[in-house]
Amino acid sequence: MDLTLLIDFGSTYTKVTAISEQKGCFVATAKAPSTVNSDVMIGLSNAINNLKDILGEENLSFRRRVACSSAAGGLRMIAIGLVPTLTVEAARKAALNAGAKLIGSYAFKLTEEDLKELCMQKPDIILLAGGTDGGDEEVILHNAKVLASLELNVPIVVAGNRACKERIRQIFITAGKDVRITENVLPEINRLNIQPARECIREVFIERIVHAKGIDKAKEFVEGILMPTPEAVLRATELLAEGAGEETGMGEILVVDVGGATTDVYTVCSGNPTRGDVILKGLPEPYSKRTVEGDLGVRFNCLHIMETVGVSLLSEMSGMKVDVIESTLSLWARKTYMVPKSELEINLDQALARCAVDIAVKRHSGTLEKYYTPMGEVFVQYGKDLTSIKAVVGTGGPLVNAQNPTYILSGALFDEHDPSYLKPKNPKLYIDKNYIFYAIGLLAEINPELAIHILKQDLKQVSCEKMVDRSLMCRR
Amino acid sequence: MNQKTIVMGVIGADIHVVGNKIIEYALREAGFNVVNLGIFCSQEDFVNAAKETNADVILVSSLYGHGELDCKGLKEKCLEAGLNKVKLYVGGNLVVGKQNWEDVKAKFEAMGFDRVGSETTMPDDIIKWLQEDLSCIIAK
Ligand code: B12
Repeated sequence: MDLTLLIDFGSTYTKVTAISEQKGCFVATAKAPSTVNSDVMIGLSNAINNLKDILGEENLSFRRRVACSSAAGGLRMIAIGLVPTLTVEAARKAALNAGAKLIGSYAFKLTEEDLKELCMQKPDIILLAGGTDGGDEEVILHNAKVLASLELNVPIVVAGNRACKERIRQIFITAGKDVRITENVLPEINRLNIQPARECIREVFIERIVHAKGIDKAKEFVEGILMPTPEAVLRATELLAEGAGEETGMGEILVVDVGGATTDVYTVCSGNPTRGDVILKGLPEPYSKRTVEGDLGVRFNCLHIMETVGVSLLSEMSGMKVDVIESTLSLWARKTYMVPKSELEINLDQALARCAVDIAVKRHSGTLEKYYTPMGEVFVQYGKDLTSIKAVVGTGGPLVNAQNPTYILSGALFDEHDPSYLKPKNPKLYIDKNYIFYAIGLLAEINPELAIHILKQDLKQVSCEKMVDRSLMCRR
Repeated sequence: MNQKTIVMGVIGADIHVVGNKIIEYALREAGFNVVNLGIFCSQEDFVNAAKETNADVILVSSLYGHGELDCKGLKEKCLEAGLNKVKLYVGGNLVVGKQNWEDVKAKFEAMGFDRVGSETTMPDDIIKWLQEDLSCIIAK
């Protein structure tokens, strides 16, 4: 067989997906525990051996081999800007869209304490923004100087005020730092421009980060480690929305990726108001948007999810007694590889995942707030209106491997009891049944038309599962 | 870049947008870099945008009669944010009904506004103020 191998060096598992370009179809997936701390190749070889077992073939040859990675803690990034709701927020959005794990963000002039904390966080990349084009120079120049004086030697991507590009370049070059200058993430107050920073971060990832993390030991076998894993998922989402070649896209779309450590949400849509009487406020939203909820992983943070939604709700949803839930979840939080066994445990696991989806999609989506003015009510929208989104896709191990993935995915839907959150109202629901979203993002680099073709075959449409008796009264 | 930057918007829960658009157009034509925040702006929106764009002037409109309440404290927020050099302008239908203009003007000046206009203050007047205050040459 003539196969293309798509690899994800994940933090816990190394996953491989084989597809056949010739036949234009998905072939199989397999995984094995990651071995990034010793030699990444061991985990990869094990995963490939598992793939051979599944296919019952001794010898597999791969025509192409490309990878993405979220191993060794992911792409740890710090975003720096001027005003929290403006360039800091724009920089955060750029970092998230580039597939980063955002470990901190700073506003205004960096202080001594900020710098100490920043170094302790051990970032892989720093994204420095501040000032619109022609706007404030003082703060970004100050921040460049103090960053340049640090011993910390990580690549710095500068995406701030165009007027001081050259001065900033000089500051970092003089200090011997690896600096990349790109377009401003917020060139004007009402215009977000995060795509150039996203691409720049990806270049740094390929050139520097893969080596720094020891993943380039796989270089002999793998042709290219092309991007961080979340970037691959976002690219697959973009491809699915927009289409390629003969393959039509699905239009405006939301993807939710449930994991043990985080729950990520991706949308590709304008998010413009769907009703006429609404005033849109706040920073403009990117057409493609990723958000990450580091407190909503169904294993590492299962206790936090319980605290957020209340144990009684989980009990109501799963049928498990409150004290049993508490003890089960403290066990799962410690032994994150645990899989549910009894029927009640399975229910609990699914309830957790559904709550994670519910809250993550709430945080991702825009809100509609009612204000009373002399003329009566006025509605103000912040963020993206997702109510008219056409398709919602569920992915991530805890979702696709669940007994009832539809139940979990339905947490993404609009809730009449909580109408201020502009979640999707009547979308078609799909499950990524073979869990290949990352692989599609990689394949899109080689053959986008085939990539979307295979993804469409993979998606299983399911019918929406109505809300549980009581709405999920989850706090954000 | 020597172009002067004006951050403008309509403050409070005020949705009168026509004057805002007219002033934006006139100031752009006169060669200013205009950052228009539109209607429904909070004091923080003005302060944040002025900080990020290094604005020279914040121009506040209020048309629906609640100008006094909405504008109170804006100057203090600017000082707090380090925007002490930024000029503050305000205009529109600042108070409810017809009141003595000199009183209204004095009230807003006491609140820290450098220039106070009424519904009869024309865009050309605003441009004249800007020229005086920023002593800039207008490209026309
Ligand atoms: C159209 C209109 C509406 C429309 C607005 C549509 C829209 N989206 O813009 C609607 C019907 C929605 C509306 C609603 C209301 N309106 Co109304 N509206 C008007 C009306 C008739 C015209 C406004 C207009 O567009 N003028 C044309 C533009 C070009 O002029 P302008 O806005 O005044 O701006 C000029 C100057 O004021 C000045 N200027 C503006 N900003 C600044 C800033 C600076 C620094 C300077 C120097 C100058 C300056 O320069 C501008 C250009 O020349 C006025 C009456 C009037 N004739 O002015 C009432 C008027 C403004 N509304 C009024 C009121 C009370 C209301 C309501 C509260 C209820 C009501 N009675 O209808 C609601 C408020 C809604 C809200 N939350 O904001 C009152 C305000 C009373 C007051 N301040 O004491 C007015 C004056 C009518 C009146 N005489 O009672 N309104």
